[in-house]
Amino acid sequence: MTSIDKNPVAPRVIVREAAAPRPRWQVWLIRPEVVTLLLLVIAAIVATRLSPFFADLGFILESSTYYIEFAIVALVLTIVIISGEIDLSPAAQMALSACLFGTAFKAGAPIPVAMGVSLLSGLVMGAFNGFFVTVLRLPSIIVTIGTLILYRGLAQVLAGDKSISGFPGWFVGIDYRMVGIVPVPVLVFIAASILLGLFLGITIYGRQIYQIGTSEIAAIHAGIRVRRIKMGLFIASGLTSSIAGLMVASRLGSVRYDLATGGELTMVLIVMLGGTYIFGGRGSILGTFLAAWLLVIIATGMTVANIAINAQLTIMGLLLIVSIIATNAIYARSQR
Amino acid sequence: MTVSAPLVSARGISKSFGGVEVLRNVDLDLMPGEVHALLGENGAGKSTFAKILAGVHRPTRGTIELGGKPVEIASPIAAQRLGITLIHQEPISFPDLSVAENLVIGQVGAKPLGRVRWAELAKEARRLMGLLNVPIDVTVPMRGLSIADQQMVEIARALASDSRLIIMDEPTAALTPKEVETLFKIVRRLREEGRTIIFISHRLEEVRAICDRVTIFRDGDKIETATTASLTDADIIRRMIGRPVADYLHRGTSHVGEVALSVRALTLPGRFENISFDIRKGEIVGLGGLVGAGRTDVARAIFGVAPATSGVIEIDGKPVTINEPTDAIGLGIALVSEDRAIAGIFRTLPVETNITAAVPKRIAPKGIIRRTVEKALAKESVEKLSIRLASVRQPIGELSGGNQQKAILARWLLAEPDILILDEPTRGIDIGVKAEFYDMIGELAAGGRAILLISSELPELLALSDRILVMSEGKLTADIPRAEASQETIMHAAVPRSGRHTVSGAAA
Amino acid sequence: MSEIARLFRAREAGILVMLVLFVAVVSLIQPRFFSTETLRIVLLAVPLILVAAMGQMMVLVARHVDLSIGSILGFSAIAAGMVFRDHPELPLFVGFAVGVLSGAALGFVNGLVVTVFKLPSIIVTLGTLSLYRGLLFILSGSKQIDPNDIPEPLIRMAQTSPIDIPWIVIIAFGVAFATWLFLTYSQIGRQIYAIGSNPVAAPLRGIRVMPVTILVFTLSGALAGLAGLIYAARFGYVNPGITGVGFEFTVIAAVVIGGVSINGGVGSVLGTVLGVLLLGSVQVALPILGVSGFWQNAIYGGIILIALVIDRTVRQGGLRGLLARGGA
Repeated sequence: MTSIDKNPVAPRVIVREAAAPRPRWQVWLIRPEVVTLLLLVIAAIVATRLSPFFADLGFILESSTYYIEFAIVALVLTIVIISGEIDLSPAAQMALSACLFGTAFKAGAPIPVAMGVSLLSGLVMGAFNGFFVTVLRLPSIIVTIGTLILYRGLAQVLAGDKSISGFPGWFVGIDYRMVGIVPVPVLVFIAASILLGLFLGITIYGRQIYQIGTSEIAAIHAGIRVRRIKMGLFIASGLTSSIAGLMVASRLGSVRYDLATGGELTMVLIVMLGGTYIFGGRGSILGTFLAAWLLVIIATGMTVANIAINAQLTIMGLLLIVSIIATNAIYARSQR
Repeated sequence: MTVSAPLVSARGISKSFGGVEVLRNVDLDLMPGEVHALLGENGAGKSTFAKILAGVHRPTRGTIELGGKPVEIASPIAAQRLGITLIHQEPISFPDLSVAENLVIGQVGAKPLGRVRWAELAKEARRLMGLLNVPIDVTVPMRGLSIADQQMVEIARALASDSRLIIMDEPTAALTPKEVETLFKIVRRLREEGRTIIFISHRLEEVRAICDRVTIFRDGDKIETATTASLTDADIIRRMIGRPVADYLHRGTSHVGEVALSVRALTLPGRFENISFDIRKGEIVGLGGLVGAGRTDVARAIFGVAPATSGVIEIDGKPVTINEPTDAIGLGIALVSEDRAIAGIFRTLPVETNITAAVPKRIAPKGIIRRTVEKALAKESVEKLSIRLASVRQPIGELSGGNQQKAILARWLLAEPDILILDEPTRGIDIGVKAEFYDMIGELAAGGRAILLISSELPELLALSDRILVMSEGKLTADIPRAEASQETIMHAAVPRSGRHTVSGAAA
Repeated sequence: MSEIARLFRAREAGILVMLVLFVAVVSLIQPRFFSTETLRIVLLAVPLILVAAMGQMMVLVARHVDLSIGSILGFSAIAAGMVFRDHPELPLFVGFAVGVLSGAALGFVNGLVVTVFKLPSIIVTLGTLSLYRGLLFILSGSKQIDPNDIPEPLIRMAQTSPIDIPWIVIIAFGVAFATWLFLTYSQIGRQIYAIGSNPVAAPLRGIRVMPVTILVFTLSGALAGLAGLIYAARFGYVNPGITGVGFEFTVIAAVVIGGVSINGGVGSVLGTVLGVLLLGSVQVALPILGVSGFWQNAIYGGIILIALVIDRTVRQGGLRGLLARGGA
């Protein structure tokens, strides 16, 4: 990097032309994804010391299937948050779309048709969120709390408190289908990460999403179709949620209205751990990808260490708060 | 203390924002019981000076004495404690609280656990509003009040806190002539009570009617303090604009072609009304006026950010519909916005991203960004506009204001617009870079583009424009051919003459 | 009085009309709904929500939101229940003190994190929702407080009192009255409205935003703690995995129906009380109408969305304003 180009102008002027750029290593080190990677490495080392299970990649991959559906939705949520919005309703969307799938199946629809119904519902739910946010211009944070209750409530209406099961064998057990040692859901997650990472990283839409999240007003002035893009993101979130809901249905072999309860926390946690900025404009799919594995190791580690699932909530909540504080602090430092 | 001792005496007050000095070494004494006008063009430093007294800004250098004792005015609250109240142009209020509460909330000496005595509060509020002789129901929420009424509440608030120094920043901008009269009565009474009032206004009759002395600012310097009676209007205007114009030469007349943009009876209620004008290819049309005259609103309407409710926009003779900026860009219009920090740059994103933001089709014809094309376009722009930076990957926030502005201009040049609207393109930019901008604007016009140049700097308008439109209070008040344009003619059309009654539609 | 001022007054009247209409319609369909028995059931259902709603209302007025109250309720109920179980010799008020103070402490933490780090309260309290629930599992060792561990006098509070109205009802309406006094007649109460109404102007007017905001979260926590005791009294047990789960949504729905704006600055105790009563009536009416109780949450969600749109419409000056294109 060259030093700044001093400009010999009128003597009264003492304006700097441009600040010196930061050294490369600093730019890299203050990226939150790097922090996530470091934490991941540390967690992996600590875990392998604690239990030999963790040295076994197969074990980690297998354990990951409990979280991978949330991780897949978290990828889309990352993009939503980068655009300056938030969606708290995906877990409820997973439940409702899965219950619709179950109900359609029970009503005699063939599995592919039932799956179509489920995917369509995801589309509609996402568009419904998007309508409130982009057309009525209400804050997404409160709208999606409303729809989170609504969607979960509708799932309850549909399925009551009974589970729906009896799906054919070929549909059940997606987490036991392997490609090599990799379970299919994990493969879906990896593929989705690559696709969405490319979408955000090299397409014009990805670029514009960062611009919207950085300054919505400037984006409007630059002719970016902000509302259309945001609508698209909410729809994508709904669609992905319904896919994730179907994956849970396959993994459990049954659906209930309380499927994916508390998932909103897990998803927001993964995104925040991955270093995405809660106020928009910054973040990456890579960070979320790494954070998902970090969460898998932490959660599995706690289970191996015999910490009750319920008590793990403490750690999850604490992690969420600490990660937002840390991410905010990192960005505040790099902001001039 | 004798009667002639000043209430406030400021010495050597200077203020810089980010390296740019906006106020230089100002000395000023304010007497008890005087109404003192601060005058000057936009950006002359008068508001900055007032805000320093009110604790909004802290001076870079200089001392302030209040009643003979040196004071530090560290915050608006500290100012209030010292008996200084600033009445903002846009009143600050709590829209959901009642008028009475807005009068007292946060008042000095109120105990946090103290009880709110509603009956007494309402009585006191009615008394204060009674003093001002304005019939406002003090129990209704602030939300429902007009701007004028809100302003009255602010003034009542100053009375309630028994301020010694009351600063009014363009208090009459939103008032009707009758309300102005009421305000003046109050100001006179405050003067009789021995309070000091700073009165910031662009309306010379008002200054003449109410102010004992005036202080004129220009480019951050105090030019003169004198009794109002000793100066004529012409004297005042000359001192406000008395800058040598010789810095820039007039641009040679370029070839002016067909009408490119034509606006007819454009109206957005509350902002501007009945605006009509044409801009031809190769022509630079200046749009002058005071801040708040509605110039920016017209630009935003043409560009589709906040469209007008009625009126017609024609491009190359064909009427067009512009609902959002995307439409405008498609029609070959570009807007370099006045508010660079909010509506222009993406602060944390790289310079190259900022430059290519308006041409997605050029950098990503099939949806995927071609980094080499993008980099080449960015580098080309950087070279052409000689933007000074370390790397095109650098966040644009790290550049100086002038170079940020060049990058924004570069963004719009890449879009190859036929019509270019420049809203205060050289605000906050140092003189060396300004000259470069003037050259570029001239070249753009010579290349056949139609340019609408909004500027508060008269020399800039005069040097660049083929024709100068002037707006005042939402209306077009003059269309001055270049040969007849002077700082005086522009100022005379820009300064509101009598209340809301302005000569309208010189160009209609 | 201006048009808009009237609209604001109309909020409470509107909710009252909705409540009356709802009762009338349900009574027409199913006459046995209109009875003192129903009134008794509604009044018993209401205290739990009402107490917590007072806290949530203050939080919303200050332009924040508290999602953690369900977990705080559970935590305080467990903490108080453990005092009752392990130290039956202590007087009842010790348990009350433990419940309310533990709630206040957890609320204080919420307020502190939100104000010190300047983070959105919705995300912070989503975190503490989980954090506090986890803590309560650890505290209780995942064990339920059984009915025979809940002291008899506490259970009786949910049944009767010297004046024949159950104590918990009296407490709940007492809390509502105290909140009304606080918000209407104290300087701090008015400052809460000021902060929510214009957060930027508040410090310029000399209002100490941080302590007031922390106080609001602390009060919300304390009231959720009190609600925990009401829960123990009414249901006679406390279960770490059940008590208070999803409670925050019920309360937010009640408060929003009560005309409290999510944009801060607007909200009244009267409106919130009416909102809680309406919600309580819906809860009671569903089984009487033969509608599955499973509809409850869907209805809450729908109500929140409708209330959002109404609030927006009022603020934007009618439907035209709502759908009009906005400038940047």
